[in-house]
Amino acid sequence: MTLVQIALATGFLLILLGLYGALTNRNILRMIVSFTLASTGVNVVLVAVGYLPGREAPILDTIPVADAAARITDPVPQALVLTAIVIGLGVTALMLAYAYRLFRARGSLDISDYTELKW
Amino acid sequence: MTTRMAIPFVLLLILGSVFFALFTGYTPDETLNRTASYYATQTASETGAQNIVTAIIVTYRGLDTLGEVTVLFLTAAIVGLVLAQSKAPKGRSGSGFLPSGELLTTGTRMLVPVILLFGAYVFLNGHLTPGGGFQGGAIVASAMLLMLLANPADGFSHRLISRIESTAGLSYVIIGLLGLIFAGGFLDTTLLPLGRFGSILSAGAIPLIYVLIGLKVGAEFSSILTSLEETVQDAANDTEDAQ
Repeated sequence: MTLVQIALATGFLLILLGLYGALTNRNILRMIVSFTLASTGVNVVLVAVGYLPGREAPILDTIPVADAAARITDPVPQALVLTAIVIGLGVTALMLAYAYRLFRARGSLDISDYTELKW
Repeated sequence: MTTRMAIPFVLLLILGSVFFALFTGYTPDETLNRTASYYATQTASETGAQNIVTAIIVTYRGLDTLGEVTVLFLTAAIVGLVLAQSKAPKGRSGSGFLPSGELLTTGTRMLVPVILLFGAYVFLNGHLTPGGGFQGGAIVASAMLLMLLANPADGFSHRLISRIESTAGLSYVIIGLLGLIFAGGFLDTTLLPLGRFGSILSAGAIPLIYVLIGLKVGAEFSSILTSLEETVQDAANDTEDAQ
């Protein structure tokens, strides 16, 4: 397996693991952990897609500017993933805050105790 | 019950087969696509930044970054709001904790300045080396986390954090507006001279903007941490009351 394939497989596996955890766990904290796992997987896949075999990081300190286009990997997915990580952190913080709020309201973190939105 | 337990597996199986098809059919590109090769060839002359990812984030996609920082600010504000409403009565802050150990206290005193310095290094060199405002801000906030762990009773003042945060945000927008007047458009970093390629004072306004983003992100993460930490104290107080 090449480097790209290892990274892609890891990313897809993390997404599946995270979704499995979010669907099967009853505890809200475990669901939050599963969601962060899945979002990490998405980030790994995105960075892997931007990798071109045999090329270097898009930083022009040792690479001369003239042949940059032939020697660097795609910088756009990396910039996107930086955004995704930051937004993911914000989402996680919000989920934790709401989980705490729910816990204060009912004294429980089990999702089956919250049936108002169930259909 | 068995059908309900089978649903997740069926869903995952479908998704897994989609992923498998994507995985087996994927072949990496041989050359950069048009957008990426534009960035690769033009970044050095247009922005003067060595790190192309930084140039994309701060210059080419500067507006998105402003939005991103705003989202982060909103998160910090909402977390503060949600947690403040469910707070126990004030005035007994930190009483539910054992004092932290000698090792942690001394270690914190030794490590916090070094971590802060490293964070500042990372966001000052964002246009030259891997790193930048978001990463540096996260490192700065980790120093704050260490301080909170070592001494939970006296958190740092919300007022100082929000001052730093709002000043940095306002300056960021002002730099953007100055770009509108003195350079090519909103958040145009050629506002300042590009300087010598690869030196620390180069790449126009990019280092300045990244320092502001670093301060802002560090302050926002610290405020989220402080909010979460205060609720932990409340929870500890509650269990103490229950006993």
